[in-house]
Amino acid sequence: MDFMSIEHSRRETLRLAGLAGLALIVTSSGAQATPDEVSAAIAKLYGEKKPESGKIKLDVPEIAENGLVVPVNVEVESPMTDADYVKAVHIFAEGNPLPNVVSYKFTPACGKAAASARMRLAQTQNIICLAEMSNGSLYKASASVKVTIGGCGG
Amino acid sequence: MISKREFLQATAATAALLAGSGLGPLGRVAAQQRLTQSDILRFDPLGRLTILYVADTHAQLVPLQFREPAVNLGVGEARGLPPHITDAEFRKYFKIAAGSADAFALTSDDFISLARNYGRMGGMDRVAALIAAVRAERGESNVLLLDGGDSWQGSWTSLKTRAQDMVDVLSLLKVDAMVGHWEFTYGAERVKELTDKAPFAFLAQNVRDNEWQEPVFEPRKMYERGGAKVAVIGQALPRTAIANPRWMFPKWEFGIREEDLQKQVDEARADGASVVVLLSHNGFDVDRKLAGRVKGLDVILTAHTHDAMPGLVRVGDTVLIAAGSHGKFVSRLDIDVRDSKVAGVRFKLMPVFADAIPPDPAMASLVEKIRAPFATELAKPLGKTDSLLYRRGNFNGTFDDLICDAMLSERDVEIALSPGFRWGGTLLPGETITWEHVTNATAITYPNCYRAQMTGLQLKETLEDIADNIFHPDPYYQGGGDMVRIGGMGYAIDVSRPMGSRISEMTHLKSGQPIDPARTYMVAGWASINENTQGPPIWDVVASHISKTGAVTISPNSAVRVTGA
Repeated sequence: MDFMSIEHSRRETLRLAGLAGLALIVTSSGAQATPDEVSAAIAKLYGEKKPESGKIKLDVPEIAENGLVVPVNVEVESPMTDADYVKAVHIFAEGNPLPNVVSYKFTPACGKAAASARMRLAQTQNIICLAEMSNGSLYKASASVKVTIGGCGG
Repeated sequence: MISKREFLQATAATAALLAGSGLGPLGRVAAQQRLTQSDILRFDPLGRLTILYVADTHAQLVPLQFREPAVNLGVGEARGLPPHITDAEFRKYFKIAAGSADAFALTSDDFISLARNYGRMGGMDRVAALIAAVRAERGESNVLLLDGGDSWQGSWTSLKTRAQDMVDVLSLLKVDAMVGHWEFTYGAERVKELTDKAPFAFLAQNVRDNEWQEPVFEPRKMYERGGAKVAVIGQALPRTAIANPRWMFPKWEFGIREEDLQKQVDEARADGASVVVLLSHNGFDVDRKLAGRVKGLDVILTAHTHDAMPGLVRVGDTVLIAAGSHGKFVSRLDIDVRDSKVAGVRFKLMPVFADAIPPDPAMASLVEKIRAPFATELAKPLGKTDSLLYRRGNFNGTFDDLICDAMLSERDVEIALSPGFRWGGTLLPGETITWEHVTNATAITYPNCYRAQMTGLQLKETLEDIADNIFHPDPYYQGGGDMVRIGGMGYAIDVSRPMGSRISEMTHLKSGQPIDPARTYMVAGWASINENTQGPPIWDVVASHISKTGAVTISPNSAVRVTGA
């Protein structure tokens, strides 16, 4: 018998629907962060300071191939000298239980401000990257990553 | 955009085919007399270089019927643009006369009578004959032959030989290079085994080892043809790991990889390429967007979305070609190369009318040899159809309705889900349905037909997710394919809405009641991308249903109401 009678979470639904099957990590909507919580987390770090756009190259896939390990690559344009360098890079995921996925600290000795990580994403959401420069200025970039059950034509 | 000049080839051919025919009732004999191989091949040559291109043949070795879609919606910037036009609108745009051979090959309305008139299309022996004729005309050393992928999957023989049949066919055709998508569903090991031995290149710049990001396949290859250096870069379906079972190639990752592609183009130019070609399984809308972002591509040979267009689409200095599917067409692109640059192109989509083209003897004999061990099985009659059975369309196809009916009755469920695959032949009313017809629509390496319980809410979420794969306004967020087909349930869809709010009015058809988000429904489906899916192969489910039914009748499907197009 291949009859199934289990209590389905959304994650299981997607698997059973069979048209795909990215495992989704967060199954309860109550456990997800919101854009407001990301803003609050940023405010906690940097107060009301307004970030500028530019300087950050945020590389994430448009559609995650595996929601368990979504690659994120970030590189911030900077000479990385004692006078002008990137102090910190933070990555936030709007739909994760804890919005601050990872933070990196840099020194001029790093040579360049680049980092890679892998995130778990339960659902389609915005990824936000914030870079703090040595002169105190802030830069921000964001990108949407789609987490889908897939399915195919072609 | 398309200039009128580029249609001349197609229009001239249409005029030639129509000469003296009128649009009255014509018998098969008349069609055979009217159409000749030289009509199909007629071409005013340009320059020295010719690229021949076939795509998405889906392992169809012998001629078949394949009806193009009546509904093929574009969203976002692609809305209303070719290839997202059908029937009268399509004929008007491409200047094709109603009832003509081109109308039969490229549009869907009046399909039954035109199909009886013009006969079947495709067949690898006919494809081989056209290719041989062009090579003879232009000289072998001036012709490059490329396959856009999805040639290894879609038939019982390809499934049973694990694509060896198609590798042999492509080898005999002397294909120079191919790219992949469904090919990967034979599993990483088998794909490597076949590509390592094949006499043609298997190119894919966007497939990487997911641990070290090392290329899995050769990204590009340089060819010297027609006195020019031609670089061909391969682009596999970027969404393969989402659209198909990732467990079959667990160490590979895909993606569009625009920056890496740009590097490939730049390196090819640095190596002296006069012509840079992207052999792409991205799908048409993805390629149209990509053409505006990656610089230096002369030609994009598109595939995946199965669009057939008798004219080029231009984006900046890049020309895009859409060559159709199932062996129905061979595309010819002549390129005039001057001062190491593309100075001009001329294009023709050559329709492969099986009755008009004498088969290539060597290929005919290979096809017969491939099919011989399966001949009895393939020809096995299961029943007959009183309705036209076809696959294509964004929301439903009658062949899919038949598959859904089979799941509803054979698996005793309330709701059936069938994937929106764009491959599989068309059957005319009155035809016998054979094992070959059923497997042409179902032959995949993960065929199990599962049963499961889903709540109404879960069904809604599933539909929303799939709809977003097709109707996301940004093609880079689309996955390709058509909407999942549903038996036992109707729904309304507003394609213009964002994710999560496109689907409404879900209705349990048997009871006429709205789908209850909290209620549990018994559901069957197939082509699950999850490992260890349980259930009989879908071809057995469909064959058993047809055998019991005898004569199949599919009533027009009004269960999906579409708005926002």
